[in-house]
Amino acid sequence: MKLLKTLMTGAALVVGLGGMAQAEDKTKVGFVYVGPVGDFGWSYEHNEGRKAVEEAFGDKVETMFVESVPEGADSERVMTQMALDGADLIFTTSFGYMDPTINVAKKFPNVKFEHATGYKQADNVSIYSARFYEGRSVIGHIAGHMTKSNTIGYIASFPIPEVIRGINAAYIAAKKVNPDVKLKIVWAYTWFDPAKEADAATALIEQGADIIMQHTDSPAAMTIAEEKGMYAFGQASDMKQFGPTARLSSIIDDWAPYYIARTQAVMDGTWESTSTWDGIKEGMVGIGDFSNDIPADVQASATALKEALISGATHSFTGPVNKQDGSSWLASGETADDGTLAGMNFYVEGIEGEVPN
Amino acid sequence: MDISIVSLLATLIVAATPILLAATGELIVEKSGVLNLGVEGMMIIGAICGFIAAVNTDSPLIGFIVAALAGAALSLLFAVLTQYLLANQVASGLALTLFGLGLSALLGHGYSGIKPPSSPKMEWFGMAELPVVGPIFFNHDMMVYFSIFLVLVVWLFLKFTRGGLILRAVGENHEAAHALGYKVIRIRILAIMFGGACAGMGGAYLSLVRVPQWTEGMTAGAGWIALAIVVFASWKPWRLILGAYLFGGVTILQLNLQANGFDMPVSYLSMAPYLVTIVVLVIMSADRRRASLNAPASLGKIFHASS
Amino acid sequence: MIRLEPRTDPSQTMIILTPILAVLATMVVGGILFVTLGKNPFEAIRMIFWDPLFGEHAFYYRGQILVKAAPLIMIALGLSFGFRAGIWNIGAEGQFIMGAVIGGATGLALYPLDSFIVFPLMVVMGALGGFLWAMIPAFLKIRFNANEILVSLMLVYVAFNFLIGMVTGPLRNPDGFNFPESRSFQDFPAAHNPELWAGTGIHLGVLTTLGFIILAYIMITRHIFGFNVRLAGQAPRAAKFAGVSPNKMIAICLGLSGALAGMAGLFEVTGPAGKLTTTFPLGYGFTAIIVAFLGRLHPIGILLAGLLMAVTYVGGDIIQSQLSLPKASIQVFQGMLLFFLLAVDVLVNFRLRISKRISK
Repeated sequence: MKLLKTLMTGAALVVGLGGMAQAEDKTKVGFVYVGPVGDFGWSYEHNEGRKAVEEAFGDKVETMFVESVPEGADSERVMTQMALDGADLIFTTSFGYMDPTINVAKKFPNVKFEHATGYKQADNVSIYSARFYEGRSVIGHIAGHMTKSNTIGYIASFPIPEVIRGINAAYIAAKKVNPDVKLKIVWAYTWFDPAKEADAATALIEQGADIIMQHTDSPAAMTIAEEKGMYAFGQASDMKQFGPTARLSSIIDDWAPYYIARTQAVMDGTWESTSTWDGIKEGMVGIGDFSNDIPADVQASATALKEALISGATHSFTGPVNKQDGSSWLASGETADDGTLAGMNFYVEGIEGEVPN
Repeated sequence: MDISIVSLLATLIVAATPILLAATGELIVEKSGVLNLGVEGMMIIGAICGFIAAVNTDSPLIGFIVAALAGAALSLLFAVLTQYLLANQVASGLALTLFGLGLSALLGHGYSGIKPPSSPKMEWFGMAELPVVGPIFFNHDMMVYFSIFLVLVVWLFLKFTRGGLILRAVGENHEAAHALGYKVIRIRILAIMFGGACAGMGGAYLSLVRVPQWTEGMTAGAGWIALAIVVFASWKPWRLILGAYLFGGVTILQLNLQANGFDMPVSYLSMAPYLVTIVVLVIMSADRRRASLNAPASLGKIFHASS
Repeated sequence: MIRLEPRTDPSQTMIILTPILAVLATMVVGGILFVTLGKNPFEAIRMIFWDPLFGEHAFYYRGQILVKAAPLIMIALGLSFGFRAGIWNIGAEGQFIMGAVIGGATGLALYPLDSFIVFPLMVVMGALGGFLWAMIPAFLKIRFNANEILVSLMLVYVAFNFLIGMVTGPLRNPDGFNFPESRSFQDFPAAHNPELWAGTGIHLGVLTTLGFIILAYIMITRHIFGFNVRLAGQAPRAAKFAGVSPNKMIAICLGLSGALAGMAGLFEVTGPAGKLTTTFPLGYGFTAIIVAFLGRLHPIGILLAGLLMAVTYVGGDIIQSQLSLPKASIQVFQGMLLFFLLAVDVLVNFRLRISKRISK
């Protein structure tokens, strides 16, 4: 096996060197998407980031992308393809691309890779993610004020730390302004399935929720909320056209600043492997415009919360907060550290139901 | 645990309508002796074509009509392959599904994220206001009622008209029907196109009413469920309604249980509709006498008039 | 009018010619499709068919073609026996999943044991998993006359949900930050199915598939079972008289296809996919049905058809990244290929006759 690895690295170096020999003026940037760019959610926003890179650099850059790439061998092939075609920088935009990214990065040490939401780094692999939970705090704050039935419906995808963080952050913020608020959670076990998301939204509304939050990718829930005269928040993209009256605000993924910065770094030769976890402050997480239905004082306090998160005066997870089983987690004034957040697998006190496992 | 039975039943009916429409069409196709596995492809073509038409004309009704025409047109490909070119029906149906899925995604490329015109709910002269029965039975959009009406028409057609009798004859024994002078191929093609039209409307219901949105692959297996429901119903029209509502019901129930905090392992709950379908399939088929009386004897067999 | 006249014997020339005709027809219509999408048709067709085999980076792509083709061929071989006998296993995808789950679970349960026995055991369990899953429709058909198409199909969805349940629960990687996936087999060498020779894409699954092709060829042409299968498909009553038990045929055919699909699933999840996730099933069970038909249910044909399909997959990725064509265009392409093949296939058994209209 070791001999094989050596042979492979040797072969890769030859290819890599060969690639370098054809140095072009344009910087080639590749993007690998896990879903369709038309999903108006996750992949859509990454593609918007790509377009921003094109706009920012014009002729100096050439981008390419492949959508709906399944995780596993197919993603490895697509990444290898892009590297063989001369890509200098490749963004792999799904957790499931982690091992493939590392594998391909080994074979092409001169190509830079940026892996979203992962945790494995290498000399030529950076990782990046967004502190979406900060956005959840803001919309949770608004939801707590706006709900009349005191029930917020949450459409969750998979019980991974990112989703649980979002649920907890939203709940903590909502409860702070509305101690009677309850969260009803439905696990869709999919990132993108409009029919299922629509059904989940309907079920939640039938069970009394008058505000819908989602951690899934399609605008179906917003459409249902609009139809039934309820409120909802846009996810990843603003989703205003789906819920002209239903949309209160939204969490917007804005990858453009980061993508432009990283491309610039490659062009300047200053690129290094980094681990980035940016939030509202750095512009990676955007909060959508507030709907006119939100009273002025709530808009003001929500904006204040947003500013506080940016300045660092407030942290989404500030004690005193207990875990769901009653054990204490954060003491008064204590904030959660990144490590706990990264591996979060418990609900905070007050949320009913169990984390599925 | 307070699950609102009323809204559960109302949502269930909406969830079941697309598969009911598709299954009704497939029932006619199978009664004529043809097994069309391409229901999924026809449904999704109907979904996108109906969506495009509705968005461009701002009329859901035109959307449904166009969807029916599109489904019928696609099924014509299948009809030509299996009836004129004598291709294997299983393979042709699968090819239709694959082609339909791909073509719909291509056509729909600019249509993601657009909201279609909404379909108005009917009121039935205020009967929708009645407690309990009102929301369950009287407050749906027109396609729900149309789907039930279609079942009625199909039942009448098969049971009481000469055309229905000929169709059944062709399905039972195409050699004999041919000997009697009936144009087997023509009848089958008409049946296939009817099936395509119904599947197209079922798909359009998904993209125009139920979700309502267009997304690639949005049928998510509904076409296969429709096929199962035809067998579940032992090829009897009224049982289609039972099958569709049962299936839709289990799917919706699972979500409602979750929303109520009922801590059941979600993925096992999601299996339930399919397992239930298998159980019922088995029960239906186990009664050999009854089953053989209902399954068209020539189902799946290739017909070629070698004269 | 144009009529179809049955031939006395299937035309040998047509058997060779029709796949070529079908591919050519697909290229033409596909080219028109690409023109409507605003792309150069010749470039697109070249990227789909030529580049993966002979293009600039073909040294890499050729290996990928093998990786993609191996599971398709393995499953299709298993299916072909049943299809010949009129037993329609449409649920190969479900058997693929179950083989991967059960075989994979066996391996994960043994972690971190470093013994040469681990992988073979996993392969056996994978085959067993797929076999048992296929036995459900077999049993229900034999005992209750339940349609195997629908039962096996419903079981695909059951298997898929079972996968989700397993991967978010018992099989979840304890070191994986709660993500819904199993431990990566890359981290478990005894259970890993790596490329045996760098850049060739050949893993144990590919070699096993080659072996199965040869076995299948011998079986279908020389073994009594192959004969019985062909007989049962073409003349069921004669087969019964010859003593071929229909129930046994159902059990063996479904069991065989299930076992092969399960094995393919195991090879796939320990190799190219790398771990059990909610998204590793890629529809190979369904594509294999198409490969089986494209290959006319014959082992050599299946080998060629599998390679052809794999080429379109690899080429499809190329046109996506090079020409910005949507993924759906290659799906349409594959569907068209199958359509055309089914259409021209009629020429094998029938002759075209153009005759003057006979006045009534």
